[in-house]
This record gives sequence, C-alpha cells and structure tokens, in this order.
Amino acid sequence: MNEMSDSHRRTIRFTLNHRKVSANIAVHENLVEMLQREFSLYGARESCGQGLCGCCTVLVNGMAVSGCLFLAALVDGAEILTIEGLNQGGELDPLQQAFVANGAFQCGFCTPGMILTSKELLDTNAIPSEEQIRHHLSGNLCRCGAYPDIVRAVKEAAVLPRAAKTSVT
Amino acid sequence: MTKVQEKPPYTNVFLTTTVYPPAEREKEAPARRQIQRSVRRLESRAKVDGSAEYIYNLRLPGMLYGKIFRSSVAHGRILNIDISAALAVEGVEAVIIGKDVCTLIPDPYYGPAFADQPILALEKVRHIGEPVAVVLAKDPHVAEEAAELIVAEYDPLDAVFDEVEAAQPGAPVIHDRLRPAAFFADLKHLKSRSGSNVALDSHLRHGDVERGFASADRIFEHTFHTGKVTHLPFEPMVAVAEPTGIDTLTIHTSTQSPSFVRAELSRLLGWPENKVRVRTAYVGGGFGAKLYIKLEALVAVCALLLRKPVRIALTTEEQFYTITRHSATVRMKTGVRSDGRMVAREVEVWWNGGAYADIGPRVSQKSGFTAAGPYDIENVKLDNYAVYTNEPPAGALRGFGIPQLVWAYESQSDVIAHELGIDPLEFRRRNLLRDGRPHSTGMVMYNAQLDAVLDRLAERLDWNGQFERGSGTIRRGRGIAIGLKACISPSTSVAIVNICGDGSCTVYCGTVDMGQASDTAMAQITGEVLGLDAEAIRVVHSDTDVTPSDMATLGSRSTFHMGNAVRFAAEHAREQLIAVAAASLGAEARNLELRNGKAVSGVGDQITLREIMVARFGMQAGNIIGIGSYTPNYNKPDPQTGQSANVTPFWMVGGTGAEIEVDTETGHIRVTKLVNAGDVGCAINPEIVKRQLNGAGTMQLGFTLFEQMLLDSGQVINASLADCKVPGFLDMPDEITAELIEVPHERGPFGAKGMGETGTFAVSPAIGNALYDAVGVRILEMPLTPERVVRAIREREHRPLGNE
Repeated sequence: MNEMSDSHRRTIRFTLNHRKVSANIAVHENLVEMLQREFSLYGARESCGQGLCGCCTVLVNGMAVSGCLFLAALVDGAEILTIEGLNQGGELDPLQQAFVANGAFQCGFCTPGMILTSKELLDTNAIPSEEQIRHHLSGNLCRCGAYPDIVRAVKEAAVLPRAAKTSVT
Repeated sequence: MTKVQEKPPYTNVFLTTTVYPPAEREKEAPARRQIQRSVRRLESRAKVDGSAEYIYNLRLPGMLYGKIFRSSVAHGRILNIDISAALAVEGVEAVIIGKDVCTLIPDPYYGPAFADQPILALEKVRHIGEPVAVVLAKDPHVAEEAAELIVAEYDPLDAVFDEVEAAQPGAPVIHDRLRPAAFFADLKHLKSRSGSNVALDSHLRHGDVERGFASADRIFEHTFHTGKVTHLPFEPMVAVAEPTGIDTLTIHTSTQSPSFVRAELSRLLGWPENKVRVRTAYVGGGFGAKLYIKLEALVAVCALLLRKPVRIALTTEEQFYTITRHSATVRMKTGVRSDGRMVAREVEVWWNGGAYADIGPRVSQKSGFTAAGPYDIENVKLDNYAVYTNEPPAGALRGFGIPQLVWAYESQSDVIAHELGIDPLEFRRRNLLRDGRPHSTGMVMYNAQLDAVLDRLAERLDWNGQFERGSGTIRRGRGIAIGLKACISPSTSVAIVNICGDGSCTVYCGTVDMGQASDTAMAQITGEVLGLDAEAIRVVHSDTDVTPSDMATLGSRSTFHMGNAVRFAAEHAREQLIAVAAASLGAEARNLELRNGKAVSGVGDQITLREIMVARFGMQAGNIIGIGSYTPNYNKPDPQTGQSANVTPFWMVGGTGAEIEVDTETGHIRVTKLVNAGDVGCAINPEIVKRQLNGAGTMQLGFTLFEQMLLDSGQVINASLADCKVPGFLDMPDEITAELIEVPHERGPFGAKGMGETGTFAVSPAIGNALYDAVGVRILEMPLTPERVVRAIREREHRPLGNE
C-alpha cells in the first residue's frame, strides 16, 4: 500500500544475519513479507499462512517463530537469523552439512525452516535425544516425508564440530 | 637453484594427447559406476542454504497480483456478478470475469481428457470454490480485500455429491455436453456425451465370470470406500504470466507438465506452440496436484488483457478446492475354491471425479483395469465409472487410483484368508500372478517381482515367528498387503545431451524435479554412459524454449521413459565423441571406451573430452549433441473387453508390512513398524530410492489414519492444515524401513523401473489388516480414524456407540 499515511508506516532497526539494518515497513506487514520485499531474502517461505507448517521459520533473538504470523514491527531492536545467515563465509553450518549428508530433504521447500528450528534446539540442548528432536520439530511439517532423515541429520549435526569441513557439492 | 625438469612427456602430435610415462597408463582408474551409487542430490547446497529457485519466489517488475473470487454454491446458474465495489477499491487495476476471458479466447474450456473446465465460470458454476472472477492489483492485500467485495447471484440447481448416485439415470446433469480433448494418445477413445454424469465407463472381460462363480465354493462380496484427500504440496500452486512481446508469452509455473501447459495454452490462444514458453524451477512438491492446467490459463488471460506480468498463487484453503484425490466406492465380489484359489472376481468402481474431469477418466481406466489385483484369476469382470459430481475436481494423486483399489482387494484378501482358515501370506502366495501368466487384460506378465516382494515382507516382519499381541487396552496386530500398477502408456520423452567445448556436459530434459531427485538420476544415467561423475553434470530445468518435449512428470514414468531417452541421447553423444577420439588416437572405435572424462583405448592411449572437442573444432568450441527419444510400444485395449497384448511398458509392485498398537479405549492406532518393499528393477540411486518409498509410505499413512477432506454439500469444512492434519514427526512409525527388490527390468535404463508411487500402494490395507489382527474389527472405509475404530470395537462388543 504505497500511499499509506505515515501513521501506518514506521522505520525499524534490527540486526539481520549479523548486520545492523533498518527498514521502512507497513504496520500490518509480516516478517516474511518484509524479508522478501526489503531484503530479497526468500529462504523463509509462507506456505500454510497459519503458522502450522513451519516453512516460514525465522529465528528472532534465537527463538524460532513463524514469519507468516509474526509482525515485522515486532522485530524492532531484535536479532534476526534467516537461513541465508546461517552459512558464514560460504561454509555451511554443521546442521546444513548434516542435512546434505543425510539427504534430509526432498523438494526442499520446508528445509530452511527445519534447519532453523533444529538450530534453536541445538543452541539450547547440545546433544538431544531422538525423542527430544521429534518433539522439538513437531511444529515443522515435511509433506515429502523426510522425517527419519531429518532426525538422523540433527543427531549427527549435534556431534559435528562447528568448524567441520565436510565437502559438500 | 635449477629446477630439475622432468623428462618431457612423449607427445604424439597427431594424437594431441599425452601418454607419458607409460607406467601411468596402467594406473588409469577403472570407470566409477554411476548407477547404483548413492550420489547426493545435485542441488543439495541450494536446498539447505535457502537459495534454491522456486517459482513461488519469483517477482517481476511491474507485476500484478491476482486474487480469485470463488463460487459459494455447488451448482447454479450465474444471474449476476457485481464487481463495482471491488473496482472502486484504490489500487485495483482490473476485475476480470468469464465474459472478459471470452474476448480473448472465445471457447475458453480446457482439460486433458475433456475440454470441460472454463478459465472463469461461464453461465454456470459446478462446485463450491470454482473461480468466478479475479481481481488484479499491485498489492496482494488490496487484491484480496477487493475480491471480498464482489457479489455474485446464482439460481441454484439441484446438486449431487455421491459418486454412485451421480452415475444413476435421473441424477442432476452437471455438464450438458462433453467434448473430448483428443490430445493424449491413450485418451483418443473418449466420446462426446450428453445427459449423463459418467465421463467414461470402461470395461474389462476376461474368461467367464458367471461360470467362475458357479465353480467357486465360497463367494465374498463387500463394498469398500475411500475418502477424499488432497495433495497439499508446501510450495503452493503458483503461476506467473509474462507478456514478452506482441505475440509471445512466457509462463513461469510450478508445474509437473510444462509440455502439456504449452500445448494447451497454444490451443486456447490459437497460437503456434513456439510462441508460448513454459518454464519451471525446482518444484516444492507436486504429488499430482500440479499437472495439466491449473492457474496457467488464468494468468495468461489476465496478463494478455492487461499487458502486464500477472502472478496468482493459491492459499492452502484454495488448494482444497482446486484438485483432490478421487474418493471411490468399490464393490468387489470374489469366488474362491476351498483350497484357497480365487476363480472369479467382479468389481465395480465409481470414481468421484468432482465437477471437472481433469485426468479422472485416465485414473479410472488405467488403474481400473488392475482392480482384480496382483492375482491369477481366470474369470474377471471389471466396470469402472469416472463420475462427475458437484464436489471440487479430482485428478492424479501419487498412486493414480491404485491405493483406492488396493485398499479394497487387499482388505478382501485378508477377509477371505481368515474365513478359509488360511494364513494371509499363504493365501496370497497361492494366488499370485506370476511371470508368464496372463493378467486380466490378457497381457502376459513379465519382470514383476511379486513373490520377492512378499517374501521380503515376510522376512522383515518375521511372519512365522512369535508376535507379542499386547494386553489390556493396548492390543497389537500386524498385517501385510501387496499392490500392482501398470505404468501409463503410451507416452514419449525426448532428451538432449550436450558436450560443451571444454568437455563438460549438460543434459536438457523436461522432467521436473519436485523432490524425487530426477536431476540427480538423469545425471547418473548420463554419467554412466559418458564416463563422467554425475556430480559434474548439469541438468537444465524444464523450459519449453530449451528442453525437448516430455509427456509430464507423473505416474512414476520419468526414470523409465526419460531415463531411456537420456540414456539414448548420451549414447548418441558417446558415438560421436568416440568417432573423433578414434581418428585422433588412430584406434578403432570399438576398442575405445569413455571413462573418467577421457576416451581410453584397449592399449591405454587416451584423450580427454576437451581434447576431443579441440580435435573436432580446432579450438575449445562447438558442441557435440546427442539426441534421444523413447516411446514404448503399446496396444490399445479393446473397448468392450479391455483386452490388450501390451498394455504397459512395466509393472510396478509394492508391498507393505505393518505392526500396530491399538488403544481399545480411544481407537487410536500407533504404527510401531512399517516396512515398504518395492520392485524397483535397479535402484539408480539406492538411498534416494529408499527415501522415495518411505516418503510415499508416509503420505499414504496420513491418508490411512487421519487425513480426509470433510465435505458438507460440496463445502469443504476443514480446508486448513489446522483441521486437516497431515503427518508430522510425532505421527511417524517407531520404525520405518524401505526394502528394495532389484531384478533388472529388460527394457528399463540399466534395468530401472519407476517407483515414485510404489510406496503408496499397500500401506492402507496393511494397517487395516493389522487392525483386524489386533482387535478383530474390519473397517471397510478409509481413513481409520479413532472414532471409526472405537465404534467398530464397541459394535463388535455388542455395545454400540450412539450418534450424539
């Protein structure tokens, strides 16, 4: 809504993938819309639009949120991590490496969300049990049914050194 | 310090290749096999770092967003559509209705079987959720808000929702006249019809079914039912149309069938195919939803009327109204001798196709003719009816009608076995249709590993071992089931393999990678022929300006059909490479092979692919192009009897073994072990093939236990992921395994068969049979919801639950 009055827009400042940024947003805009429109980041994808599938997962101050329900205005001052910020300096995060090594995706549409929710888990529980992984990821759905491979990948990532250099094609 | 130079290598100027030192030649590594190697997906990195391209993410400069206004009645004449309030919303660029479509396309009906579906409703609406108008705006929120302001008035007509009722004379007629699309070779027999909701009735007669029943000792008859479900790919259906000139148009679409989309849009617009470009990217799940025309015709019309790019994407709710899996009623009557041999089977199937045929007629016929199951039954009579109703349209969904049929015949197999006191596994073994015996179509079976699939299931379930049956309110049971599918025929795939000037290789093929890893499989097939690592090969995504024609990515056909086309294209390129190499090396072509990026002779002379290109073109330039195409032979079935000597290029066999726990108080089924065994011919990529089996099994597990669309007079009352649950982590079996039966198919590429659907076939009856084993109740209708299970248990205990 280009012509919206100033009261419906505001400028917010936050950290996005380790960089300080600002954005002029409409107050009704959700996080996914802002990431796509302002920053051309498409790794968080709105699918079900109800916060039920997890394809739009983004980490806000380390917490996994559904970007399709989370108002962009609420991230003022926060630290945001999207899938694009996970691999640093071109090297894949151990979780990304483990997803590749275990073939933990098929169509790949839900994968960024799966990886970020897994990161939230590993950041708080370094060596989770299989049951804890299933429970923690239960809000993320994979229509292709890669669940067993995802559980295996998260288990493996938990024990991969963070500087591991697995060659990935 | 002087660096000691190595002895200069001996270079044969004619050979343009280095063959020194000779000792090195013997060390030349043997070619790495690309087939049966678990290569990681070529696109792995892009899928974990968020950069993988999906059409859903495409934004074009100046693009408009479309929002569809949909019918709120199931069947009615359109009296008026008031768009004035929508047009008045600031930011709305246009509102388009059916008659606007007609200014561009006077006859705007599309469909792969019948040209029955209007781009926007004209005169009538035939199901709730049918597109009636579309609002276009630069801001999607504006379009959405304005669409809610459209008011349509209808004169309601009688509607019909049940497939059996709709097929009866006197039912409200949904289409006044049916016009066959006459596009696909296998659907040329469709006839123009009027006055009936039966789009296609197909019949099979094999032996003498009445005589068969007369010779039977027992006759079993049941009516089975499967509910309506939908695909829900997580990349929603989306298409973007981009006018690219005065008479050319590009459609960016998340589709499984780019070639068909181009042909159908060309037909609708009256343009030659070469003016329409249809391209896709990675597709975020398809499962059959993204076939034929979905949003492509609508965005094309909008874009051409407004001369601007137009994007329409569906919400989850809208997907429920766009395409579904047929619910089906299957009446199955089987005659059995007391020794356990089935001697006659009569099946009638009514397929609920919804308001538009989509590919339903093919589902009903091509799957319908396997309704007697993977069994050697001398007398068979099959009647399949593809029926229109006023529900949302039904089409292909992973398995293409087979899971509905296997639910019926494998549930009944178990009933018969128990009634005759024969072990269910043994009963199946006594009746299996073995290679060399005629299928009920008359085609002699070959390369179908039915015994091996059953044997593997028995082994993995330790069928003859002790089984813990539970106690108290938790009872345990186990079941097996096996299904058969005939792959679609006839169909064509064409592929191009291109060797670039530097010797690198690109494959052009129209197979759409929607998660099944077809890019990787095609690279492996190419690599195997050309002696290159699959990881070094690039596969270009479907783009009808670039990639040759392919029927579609559906029905488990790609590995077999496109795999063969790619293989032939690679062999064609290899011939040309070897001819140049032979001249360069002064060797005979038959003594050369390609391996590790080189042509190598029997005596060890070698030349790299780059050097071959330099030898051919005088510099690092040019292309060597291999072309391959594949169309299997096919004999059209006789329209009266369904008999054909060659009805399919390959038979697919899938079996499932399930162990479950049933909570007798809540009716909840927990699957503790699920084993999916598939006859895959040869697993090009074993790990990915196993994941396909498990993924297919998981999808069907949802359809078996809880997924179903609930409809009330054509209205979907649970059109969201909140109310129509799909399997998540907590629904997974404790143990899920995929078992590969690999006996090379004589016509498959390196022996491979298609198997993307195989894991869906037998999951439901395996679980239904396990339920009977656990608590002694037989439920004939899917899904096996806790409510149904509890009701059945209570009924068996003679204390039925009321309906309150």
